[in-house]
Amino acid sequence: MCHQTVSLVARYLEESGIATVVIGSARDIVEECGVPRFLFIDFPLGNPCGRPGDVEMQRAILGLALDLLEKAWVPRTTVQAPFQWADDGWRDNFMRVDDDNREALARAGEERRRRQAGLKQGQA
Amino acid sequence: MSKRSPCRTFVSYIDRSRIYYEAHGYEQPYTWACHTGTPFTPLDKPLSQCRVGLATTASREDLGKDVESLMLERHGYASRSEPPPERLFTEHLFWDKEATHTNDVESFLPLARLSEYARSGRIGAASPRFYGVPTDYSQGRTRRMQAPRILDWAREDGLDAMILSAL
Repeated sequence: MCHQTVSLVARYLEESGIATVVIGSARDIVEECGVPRFLFIDFPLGNPCGRPGDVEMQRAILGLALDLLEKAWVPRTTVQAPFQWADDGWRDNFMRVDDDNREALARAGEERRRRQAGLKQGQA
Repeated sequence: MSKRSPCRTFVSYIDRSRIYYEAHGYEQPYTWACHTGTPFTPLDKPLSQCRVGLATTASREDLGKDVESLMLERHGYASRSEPPPERLFTEHLFWDKEATHTNDVESFLPLARLSEYARSGRIGAASPRFYGVPTDYSQGRTRRMQAPRILDWAREDGLDAMILSAL
């Protein structure tokens, strides 16, 4: 949801004359929304600007974003940064749904709806 | 390294989240923003003369880790960039808490790195403030309430460009 939010803000800023770059790791959400310049970081969600503690990578990623500001000449320009996460386990693990957790997810959903209903009643 | 795969390598979060929330018992899938046209503003001067800002979806306040707290946060913010914050709050947001952490603010809001680029002359200046935009399920609220506030702050700070980082 963060990716959609910043993409919508980026579009608004561009319509108002301010150039933007979105940096993110949820490629499909940003590209479906449609932004002028997108730097795609193929990492698990959470560290779009580089691995924690890796100053050189963070500097390089921000440099790529600045390159995009300078060099993109058409909207929907996507550049993928040339960095990989140490392992690929996160690709299957995040938001995993399988027979091992299906019942637990259904219970979590019921509990969440109860909490949301209580929250709405409290706000009313 | 070269390899073959029967599907795209990057994760489709639209597909993944639909299946995930369906398993939670939500029958109606979320409808994501999808545009055919895209606005585009080129820089009207060299980057070395531009003032550049950073925006994040992280919060200044500890909202807790329940996803319901996401629904309570409705206020964007503009905060001083110097000194960079030692921490911002992200627990209420939906990122991969098993694979990584957000204890290093520079990993999602690189204020120190942006200052370095200003000192080196790559950009004209870094914005004196950075900007927080609350993540919201409502696309209308983001467009009508949050985006105009971010624009106002960007104009107050004389920005030519903004880099927006999504957790």
